Amino acid sequence: MKPATVRRTDLRYRIGLNLRAVVGRSYPRIVGANREPSWIFFEALLPLLGIAAYVFIYQAFGTRAIAAILGSSSTAPWGMCGQIPCTDAAQQAAYLAMAKANTNALIASVVLGGTMVAFWLNVLWSMASQLYWEKEIGNLQLYMMAPMNRMALLGGMAVGGMVMTSMRAVSTLIAGIFVFGVLFQVADPLLLLAVFFAALVALYGLGMMFASLYLLWGREAWNLSALMEEPIFFSSGFYFPVGGLFRVPGWGPIVAIVGSFVPATFGLDALRQLTLSTTAFGGKLWIFDVKTELYILVFMAVLFLILARYSLAYLETLAKREGKLTSRHQ
Amino acid sequence: MNTFWRTFKVAAWLGWEMDSNWTEPWLFIVYSVVKPVAGAFILVLMYTVFALIGNRADPAAFSYMYVGNSFFIFVGSVLFGTFQVIQSDREWYQTIRYVYMAPISYYVYIVGRAASKVVVAAFAVLITLVFGIIFLDVQIHMALADVPLFLVSTALGLAVRLASGIFLGGGSFLTAKHTHGLAEGIPGLFYVFCGVLFPLSVLPVWGQAIGQAIPLTYWFDITRRLLAPTIGVDSTLVGYDNLAILLLLLVSSIAFFGLSLLIFKAGEYFARKAGKIDMTTSY
Repeated sequence: MKPATVRRTDLRYRIGLNLRAVVGRSYPRIVGANREPSWIFFEALLPLLGIAAYVFIYQAFGTRAIAAILGSSSTAPWGMCGQIPCTDAAQQAAYLAMAKANTNALIASVVLGGTMVAFWLNVLWSMASQLYWEKEIGNLQLYMMAPMNRMALLGGMAVGGMVMTSMRAVSTLIAGIFVFGVLFQVADPLLLLAVFFAALVALYGLGMMFASLYLLWGREAWNLSALMEEPIFFSSGFYFPVGGLFRVPGWGPIVAIVGSFVPATFGLDALRQLTLSTTAFGGKLWIFDVKTELYILVFMAVLFLILARYSLAYLETLAKREGKLTSRHQ
Repeated sequence: MNTFWRTFKVAAWLGWEMDSNWTEPWLFIVYSVVKPVAGAFILVLMYTVFALIGNRADPAAFSYMYVGNSFFIFVGSVLFGTFQVIQSDREWYQTIRYVYMAPISYYVYIVGRAASKVVVAAFAVLITLVFGIIFLDVQIHMALADVPLFLVSTALGLAVRLASGIFLGGGSFLTAKHTHGLAEGIPGLFYVFCGVLFPLSVLPVWGQAIGQAIPLTYWFDITRRLLAPTIGVDSTLVGYDNLAILLLLLVSSIAFFGLSLLIFKAGEYFARKAGKIDMTTSY
């Protein structure tokens, strides 16, 4: 056996090579991107406005609800408690407190959803579409010729993407707390971190799987990514507790179950329970308890990473056989 | 003039082919409808959840929000349709150098490329509104006599949006591949400050001032007044009658057109000077 072959099969060498590939691919995202600082404004701060709009919707609803509770008329001297007049001042005060708590919890849901939106968009546009994008700009052939494992390449993209996106996610959280005055009550920080990272690994695992599938789908990939924005925001409950979908008779539970295949659904549900307390919204809008959702997320993370490995190998073979691996605009 | 028209026509055809020929027509129609309807459904569920946990339905606020959101589809599509042309030609297709060197007006080319998105957006707005009326009980009662006013205001609103898109396009000559940040952030600016989903009074005073300085705020207001005059939510713009709003839209569309030309030319000049016309961002 040649010395070069022996070296290539050496486990230590291979681990080192793949780790270098992870660092190498994440480098342009973490360091390279910062050479163009305008991205902080365009990619991290500007999108906060969209989140703010959803926050103001709940504030508008809350303001109108509070005005109805406090409004006094001849038929409802203590204001309206829901659709019926309040019976006394105590009931009015209870409804007022509930309306304020619900508004805060819903705004907090939007802020957490906005944080997750950042990661989901990064998964779609900088993970799933990335190999297709690399093919279009001519880098894919270089990656395919390089000796590292292709999963290391995707891993590097994921690590770089996570770090880059954290800027936007953190900005959203800070804006939520300091600009919109959202109150979070974190009872179990360790579990919160576990859920967050399990959700991220599962999300990026899904992105890695999509990356190879997108190579197969070609030009449809771009449109598919666009199609997985609003419909996923809706079915995964990015801006409202997804349990609300289960309360819509007929189509609601079906949409929610379909949306549950995206790890963000369980990730967000668990994060909301951990930061708003399980009693928020009367405890009626959660899917499962936090630990069950964590197990599901860990299972999804492992499953998507395995599927990513296999789909990448399959697509690589298929593309090589058909000779379309580097043909652009198809 | 003939060259402008020919450029517009060919660019519009090119834009349409690029938008639609990646798939079968029926799938393209589904795709064009699913995105905006899902966007509307996010709001439907936000309202449903609030009504559910607060035991209080508020159909007027819902109709206000739904109509505003339906017409917002125009804003997102037209803005994205214009400013993304530069970045997609430059970064994705890498054809900007050829188009840019051609003896045509690049400004008119961008407007032409955006035309297909305007048509698709109009279709999506219509579907979203019809869906809302039939299935969600959205309160729309437009009088026949108001149709001409509605058409004029829609045309003026479109002119303002196109000019704003080109304005952004001028800026994107100089920036890296920020299409998604811009696509999300700039419509977000209008989403927050133009009274699309909630009355301006919800915003802090400085936010209301920003909203009142943006012409699209008045476009949303007149559109809602004409389409849904019975919802009775105070939009804080009651001091302006319909004709005043139309006049304001006319003046601002002319002003925005001039401004867009200025910014576009400035962006172009500085990009050429810095050698950025055909740069690519590879991270």
